[in-house]
Amino acid sequence: MHFRWSRAILFLGYLFLYFPLVCVVIYSFNESRLLATWTRFSMKWYKTLLSDPIILRAIWTSVKIACLSATVSVILGTIAAIIIVRFTGFRWKPLFVGAITAPLVMPEVVMGLSLLMLFVGLERVFGWSADSGSTTIVIAHITLTLSYVTVLVQARLHDMDKSIEEAALDLGASPLKVFFVITLPMISPSLILGWLLAFALSLDDVVIASFVAGAGATTLPMIVFSSLRFGLSPEINALATILMALLSVGVIISAVLLYKRKM
Amino acid sequence: MINTMYRTEERVISWFAGISKKVSGRHFLISIPFIWIFLFFICPCLILIEISLSESIIASPPYTPIVEWLSGHMLQIRMNLENYMVLFTDEMYIRGFITSVLIAGVSTVCCLLIGFPMAYAIARASEHYRRILLMLVVLPFWTSFLIRVYAWMMLLSPSGFINTLLMKFHLIEAPLPLINNSFAACIGIIYAYLPFMIFPLYNAIEKIDYSLLEAAYDLGSSPMTAFFSIVMPLSAPGIYAGSALVFVPAIGEFVIPELLGGSQTLTIGRLVWNEFFGSMSWPTAAALSIVLLVFVVFPIVFIQRCRETKFLSNNIE
Repeated sequence: MHFRWSRAILFLGYLFLYFPLVCVVIYSFNESRLLATWTRFSMKWYKTLLSDPIILRAIWTSVKIACLSATVSVILGTIAAIIIVRFTGFRWKPLFVGAITAPLVMPEVVMGLSLLMLFVGLERVFGWSADSGSTTIVIAHITLTLSYVTVLVQARLHDMDKSIEEAALDLGASPLKVFFVITLPMISPSLILGWLLAFALSLDDVVIASFVAGAGATTLPMIVFSSLRFGLSPEINALATILMALLSVGVIISAVLLYKRKM
Repeated sequence: MINTMYRTEERVISWFAGISKKVSGRHFLISIPFIWIFLFFICPCLILIEISLSESIIASPPYTPIVEWLSGHMLQIRMNLENYMVLFTDEMYIRGFITSVLIAGVSTVCCLLIGFPMAYAIARASEHYRRILLMLVVLPFWTSFLIRVYAWMMLLSPSGFINTLLMKFHLIEAPLPLINNSFAACIGIIYAYLPFMIFPLYNAIEKIDYSLLEAAYDLGSSPMTAFFSIVMPLSAPGIYAGSALVFVPAIGEFVIPELLGGSQTLTIGRLVWNEFFGSMSWPTAAALSIVLLVFVVFPIVFIQRCRETKFLSNNIE
């Protein structure tokens, strides 16, 4: 009795989670512009999508921004996590932890607005131009993703066996060497996960990017968002399907790698 | 006069020397992320406060400085509280706050009602399936946020999937107004933030010792009583954490109410956006953000923090 109930609940729950996405995929192959009517199978929207130079350029911009901000964010986040977990007795630590994790609860609009106001202020005081393309977006995304990476790496560092590091230090290795030879390989899974999360967050963000984007820097979510404001469009279905296909490939690869590792 | 200036300079130099003596690799390491956070998180917040206290003018940038040098020797600080007064008197903003709180509240409760049974079912599944089931919960989270919102636009719109299906079977004559209202905004938020509810709930429920439930049954308690007197209290930390994780982002949400809520559902997030991009009124947008942070986000985060520390210390005892 109990077992059947839980199965029904899970079935309904996952139906709720996956049904909308399945619809998106199915209707990307619909030839009609109107979503309501299914005319026939066609790859038309994929062709229009992949021959649209604006979208292609936006994809390239977004990927560049996401790679750069994820990389910087992982480096800064790892340093921050090490400070939080390993450095004891420095006075400003609560403030430090609070400031690092605060972007997690900051509403996106507030973060975008405040960062833009900083960039405008910088421009006024130092003459530094905020209109320099995607630099502002990269800075904003690093600030946004830094807290996520820090929390992830910090959790891993907490669980890590400290005695190996201590042994290496006792045997005369320099702290820097210990970090690169022992700590870094041990926390590397969380670094990869943190990088992927930062990449995904950056690739996904529309609000902050819309606020801080300089002239000529249009990211993919900004284009998708502006076209969604005017209603539904089958090209977005095609784009969504491609993104989901890439995601599934990524998941399958990582699952296979994990499985092999366990063997 | 010159003497005092000289002395000050000397003091500054010795202060710097003292610092550089103390500065080690450790301090250098601390300073890297700290400087970043200071520059790009704390400074923007301070600027936001400054602009919220200034006056809106038609210029670039469209606000007056609050600190000004007057004719070289007078420092004038003018703080304009008008922007805050407007927020508490103008009906539009008050309604915006109420709408946001209602939408976020309803979505949080719905997330709990959907998430709790799911988390419970996952926690009671066999060890082997738990990982897969949990992964299936997070997987949609990795697809683009906009696409998930778009999926619901497709389902709910007048020419969308649900309406077409209902019309085809002649269950309804005209399309139901499913989109462009607060109902659609709630659905979007529930869908987007459900994983944030399920994970903390799962973590709490998984730790429950089921022999307690068996004991309750043995002693003759009904499943309902057992549930409300054992499972609910023991999963309370998860319920609080999950609710905070859903409510806090939901209240400042912009994209979902914008795309699914229609022009009537004016939430705080949309008001900030409109003030900034539409009316070009930076001070009002800044004041709205500050009020959102101070009256909604900070209290919830603070309460949740306190609860977590209390919970941890109770557990250790």
